[in-house]
Amino acid sequence: MILNMGPQHPSTHGVLRVILEIDGETVVRLMPDIGYLHTGIEKTCEAKFYQQVVPLTDRIDYLCPLTNNLCYVLAVEKLLGLEIPPKAQWMRVLLNELTRINSHLVWLGTHALDIGAMTVFLYCFREREEVLKIFEMVSGQRMMTSYFRVGGLALEPPLGFFDRVRDFAGIFPERVDEYENLLTGNPIWLMRTKGVGQITAEDALALGASGPTLRGSGVDIDLRRDMPYSSYEKFQFKVPLSQEGDVFARYMCRVQELRESIGIVRQALDGMPEGPIKADAPHVVLPDREKMKTQMESLIYHFKIITEGFQVPAGEVYQAVESPRGEMGYYIVSDGTAKPYRVHMRSACFANLQTLATMCEGKLLADVVAAIGSIDIVLGEIDR
Amino acid sequence: MPLAPPITDIEQLKNHPAVARLLGWKDSAIQSVKFDRDEMTIFVDRSDIRDACALLKNDPECPFNFLSDVTCVDWYPSEPRFEVVYHLLSISKKERVRLKVHLNSSSTSIDSITSLWPGANFFEREVYDLFGVRFVGHPYLRRIMMPEDWEGHPLRKDYPVEGYR
Repeated sequence: MILNMGPQHPSTHGVLRVILEIDGETVVRLMPDIGYLHTGIEKTCEAKFYQQVVPLTDRIDYLCPLTNNLCYVLAVEKLLGLEIPPKAQWMRVLLNELTRINSHLVWLGTHALDIGAMTVFLYCFREREEVLKIFEMVSGQRMMTSYFRVGGLALEPPLGFFDRVRDFAGIFPERVDEYENLLTGNPIWLMRTKGVGQITAEDALALGASGPTLRGSGVDIDLRRDMPYSSYEKFQFKVPLSQEGDVFARYMCRVQELRESIGIVRQALDGMPEGPIKADAPHVVLPDREKMKTQMESLIYHFKIITEGFQVPAGEVYQAVESPRGEMGYYIVSDGTAKPYRVHMRSACFANLQTLATMCEGKLLADVVAAIGSIDIVLGEIDR
Repeated sequence: MPLAPPITDIEQLKNHPAVARLLGWKDSAIQSVKFDRDEMTIFVDRSDIRDACALLKNDPECPFNFLSDVTCVDWYPSEPRFEVVYHLLSISKKERVRLKVHLNSSSTSIDSITSLWPGANFFEREVYDLFGVRFVGHPYLRRIMMPEDWEGHPLRKDYPVEGYR
């Protein structure tokens, strides 16, 4: 029988349609059908200036908007050859890790909810509320922050920001203990997740999976540690690894990543350098507002950057970062004008989704839901 | 810091593992190279692409075993019109390389690399859907983002940003 796990479904985490061919309770074949959220962001980017693309990038992987911002901004800065001041880099790391925590909280809550554990969902969203308030404090927006700009940050972090983050970092580790208390030793959770959705390391590599989907099968690659960007080399953190390759292994990877991320946030708070938050490049970076209101030169720069954009030397660049889902990359081709010629987003979930067929074919129907949750897909990233 | 100018001289770059491996296979494998902003780009002929990818994937010293991305750039109206771009990553040696193939608008088909990396499946379907480049040997070359009955290839430069509604 061909069963349609249609685009509207509470467990598909977005508008994903999975066409299942089942024989009784066993899945014979599985095919994901995507494209329901395709909005042509890659095409739209070609019609906008480089700084106007930043809000578009938020909406691609909408659970970790700051990571998308970071990847795009790093790529453009690589094209321009800009050097970013250390304070901006450390702030980027701090907010990137808070975004990772945010994304993993949504993953944990919705994954547990699909499998039946509803309490975890409410607990996770309680912590998420605090992080969203922190984002609102720094950028004015809860989710689509667009806080990173080409050349640094958009605004100075407000007074009281670091204390708030420190308070959050103080309470968070014991909350992670709460989640683990509810799930890790729970016999129902173990029965639903151990041995389910298994994928070997060779299969995962061949299918282009990355992030916890790959690390859950034993392949040790993390772009933050191995190909560091934005001063990640100055931070100490472990990269969790599992060997079994099933849903439980990926769950353990991500829960450990929650703990590691809050450790990085603490290190960033303790060692935050002083200094400017924007690079010294008047043609690219908007001037300070006070200077813009009093000095003619700054006003002219401001006007030119906003209305005509900044020219980027011709060339191409591929910048990849470690998003909560895996390797997110931006391939930007510039032809020397103020608008990008081609922006391509290599989304982690697009490749990770291909592992679903290998994980579920020949197994039970109920395990499909667990497997979809464990890959942690976000349709905004898949469809763009 | 100011940008270093790109290096396009193959003599200076032949120590890079990917370049060395392809030159060791045959001298005509590499049409040109460019090392710009710390990234190595190698231009390959379209008939060589599958063999080049297989060689790089199985290289003993620096195996480029992870396919990061397959995408395409449309340079309408200049010829060659399409440039199919492959990004490879070596997980053990932490090296990246970019392979590019030029395609004219009259012959927009290229060998599929799904036999080497099954993960190229979705990427090649996306390039087919949005650019119209056919991949010979792909197991299921259908539209992936746009609906099946859509006409036209949206990411081509002669397709308007607003669409045809």
